[in-house]
This record gives sequence, structure tokens and C-alpha cells, in this order.
Amino acid sequence: MASSGPGTVLEAQGLSLVYQTSRGPVTALQELDAALAPGEFLSVLGPSGCGKSTLLKLAAGLISPTQGRILLEGQAIDGPSGRVGVVFQQPALLPWSTVLENVLVPIRALGRDLAAGRKRALDLLKLVGLAEFATHYPGELSGGMQQRVAIARGLVHEPRILFLDEPFAALDAMTREHMTGELQRIWLATGCSVAFITHSIPEAVFLSDRIVVMSARPGRVVREVKVDLPRPRTIETMADARFNAQCTELRQLFQDLVIFE
Amino acid sequence: MSAQQDSRPSMGKRIAYPAITLVVLVAVWSGSIHFLRIPDYLLPSPTQVVNAMYVGYVQGAYWPHFFFTLKSVVIGYLAGCTLAIACGILLAESPTFELFVYPYIVALQSMPKIAIAPLVIVWLGFGLESKVVMVALVCFFPLFINTAIGIKQANPQLIDVLRAFGASKAMIFRRVKLPGAAGHIFAGLQIGVVLALIGAVVAEFVASTQGLGHIIKAAAVDMQTNVMFAALISLAVLGVVGSQFLRWLHTRVVFWDRTASTAATQTQSE
Repeated sequence: MASSGPGTVLEAQGLSLVYQTSRGPVTALQELDAALAPGEFLSVLGPSGCGKSTLLKLAAGLISPTQGRILLEGQAIDGPSGRVGVVFQQPALLPWSTVLENVLVPIRALGRDLAAGRKRALDLLKLVGLAEFATHYPGELSGGMQQRVAIARGLVHEPRILFLDEPFAALDAMTREHMTGELQRIWLATGCSVAFITHSIPEAVFLSDRIVVMSARPGRVVREVKVDLPRPRTIETMADARFNAQCTELRQLFQDLVIFE
Repeated sequence: MSAQQDSRPSMGKRIAYPAITLVVLVAVWSGSIHFLRIPDYLLPSPTQVVNAMYVGYVQGAYWPHFFFTLKSVVIGYLAGCTLAIACGILLAESPTFELFVYPYIVALQSMPKIAIAPLVIVWLGFGLESKVVMVALVCFFPLFINTAIGIKQANPQLIDVLRAFGASKAMIFRRVKLPGAAGHIFAGLQIGVVLALIGAVVAEFVASTQGLGHIIKAAAVDMQTNVMFAALISLAVLGVVGSQFLRWLHTRVVFWDRTASTAATQTQSE
């Protein structure tokens, strides 16, 4: 378990979240401890219903924890701040705004300088390979392209952390594999800290420096795994024995978790 | 959608086929008058209707009436729609306001609005004012409800995204809720066009000295059915032109929603 200190950008301390529903309280997260180091790529891996998406909402400041704290650079998060960039499962782009305008949403929301923001937005669109689509509307793009726009939007305000919640879940298998490689490239180019929520084991192993494995209902951290494969990882990496060993190890772990339930 | 567009009949067919229908209708119409000896106080011949249109629009007897109705429809429509959008936004955005007025909205919605017409005439007289108010009143409700529903149904995911980036309530309203409601609002505006004409004509029926509705009512007394037909055709033209204009505007403004016009027709048939 990573310890607290200047070496962390995001840190969860005994983080619990209980939802009140008509059938009584539901514990989404229970005493979760985790930390994200600067520039690190961390995956949060877990089955459905382990409160992974709740974690993103907490980090984005959309909801407050029931117990415990979530710290961003040592300060408790008390609302959306612009220091976290988010990418959701669905691209969630404004269909009535151009690609460029969609990327500029955080700049406008945070009241930042528009001219500088526009320049950065165009740079990011180039980075995600959509430079010539700036004036297109989201409806004219494929699912994968839309999710790239969402990633550019998540990075445009230069957040300390990019938080992605199963960003490729809605994509077809081929696009998904391609986008995984793209995300690594984008991350290496920007150097920001990434928290990546997923329930795909190979995706997590391929992308991460470290993987936090969570159990379902209530969501708790059951294991932390370091991935020491050299970067940049390529298609060959997926054939690497160490890559496969790590995937197998995680698969085994999940099998045990399911039996445990 | 594009596949459907490809299978659409050609421009020539779309003009020629309805034209054939018209010719057949007019032939049956004149034929039945001639062979069944229907008196012209029951059914005028096509020539008599054309004659009435000639007197009305070439010699100009109907123009003041046409413009009277048009004026009350346009002013009433604009006023009613503006108010409806404003109130719809207020209802959707303020739960307190909704609590205060909701039961009365349901009550008013279930009441036939045209039943108020005599009361409006009593309050505002025989002139343009009462017609404008009637038009505004009948246009108001569908658009009001549509606006409120459209804004309430705004995509929660888009709202979450904007909130996560620190957007203010005003920005979320302007960038997510209002454009998201545009399809519903335009559906309400389209329904309003037809309702506006109904409102104007009903008010003119109740009491008026001008307007196309007045022409119909006055002609009925003298059994001048050809004049009634001419006035009805005028109203149909107003309705078609207004609806088509709004449909065109709808596809222009709500360009991102390809299903826009189907949504409007669906709401209209409800």
C-alpha cells in the first residue's frame, strides 16, 4: 500500500461511501486506501458493482464520501475543481457543439483564457489524431473517435490527474485494442497521472505501472500489483511471457474472489 | 436516414401525383353537382369557389380579413410561445414553482381552452385584443409542457460531465439543458401553429367584425357556401405555410437531431 506524503497526487484514506436507496443503505466503497503517484498510470481493476465508478465521482468532486477522506495534492476534495480531468464510459459529447467546442468545455467552465485554451485544444486534437475534425460535429464521428475527443477534453485544462472510467467499454473489440495503445501514447506524451478504471485484465496489465484490484459489494482493495514491463509496450508485449503470467495471476485472483462470494 | 432519403420518390412524382388527386377530386366534385343536382347553397361548384377567391383576393375584399386573422395569429403565437418557453423553463428549473402551480396546470391542461373564448370576448371586446389573447392561450399549453419536459429530460450524463469540469448552473443550462430541449420545444412550436389558427377562428366565431372566421360565420347566415369554401382554403394555406416554415426552421436549428421532425409528428398525434 502506497504511503501518504509529497509523493502522491491523489490519495484515498479509509474512504467509504454508502448510498441510501429505497431498499436500505448500500455500501459502494468500504474503507478504501489507495494512492496515485505523480506521472503514474494506475489501473483500478474490479468486477461490476465494486464501486469503481463511485470512485471517479468522488475524485471529480461530484459526490462526497460518507467516511474517510479523498485528498488531491494533500487537500480534501470538496467539489469539482478543474484539477481532475474525467473521461466516462460514454463519450458524453454535446451533439450540438463542434469537436473543438466540446474540447473547450472545461476551459469555458473554469473561466480560463479562451485563446490559450483553443491553442491547447487544437494541439490535443492533433495528439489524439483528430486535427482535421475540429469543426465536425460528434454525430459525424465513430465511437472510437468520439472517445478520443472525450480524452482531449479531459486533458485540455491541464489537470493533475486524468481519471478514466472504463472509457473503451462501449467500443468494439478491435477499436478497443487500438485505443488502448493510443491511450498509452497520449499518456506518455502528456506525462500526467492517470487513474484508469477497467474490468479488462489484459487492458490493465498492458497500460499500468500499478494495478489496484477491488472486490465487489462492498468495494475494497484486495491486492496491489506492480507491472514492470518495459515501455512503450507494443503488440509484442502482449505475447511476452511476463505479460501473460501477470494476466493469469490476476485471473486466478478473480476466480478466487468470485468463489469467495 | 439516408437510406430512406434515397428511396424517396422523385420531385416530378411528388408534384404530379398530388396534382392528379386534385384533378380527380375536382372532377368528382363538379360531376356530382351536375349529375346529382346538388343546389349551390349546399355545395358550390368549383367555378363558384374560384369566383369567390377572385372577388376576395384579386378584387381584394378578403385582404383586410386575411390580414386581421394573420395579425392576431402572429402576435398571439409569438406572445404565447415566448411566455410558454419562459414558464416551461421556470417550471423545470424551480421545484418550488412547480409545487405551487402543478395541480392547476393539470386542471387547465385537461380543460378545452376554446371554452374560455366567450369570457375573453367579454373581457377584451370584439377587436384584435381578444383574438390575440385566445391565440396565445391555446398555443401556450403544449409548448409550455414540452419545454418543461424537454429541459427535465436533459441527458444526466452530459450534466455530470459539465459539473465534473466545474461548470456553473447557468453554463449547464445554456450548453446542455436548453439545446437538449430544442427538439421538444420545436415540436411544441409546430403544434402551436395549427392551434393558433383554431384559437383565432374560434374567437372570431364568438364575436368579431373581421377575420376569416368572421367571413365563414357571416357567409353561413346567407348560405354562401362558395365564400365559406374560399375562406376555408385561405385558412388551410395559412396553416400549411406556417407548419412548413416551422418544420424547415426545426431541421435548421436542431440540425444534430435527425429524428427531429418525426418526434414532432408523434407529439402532434397524441
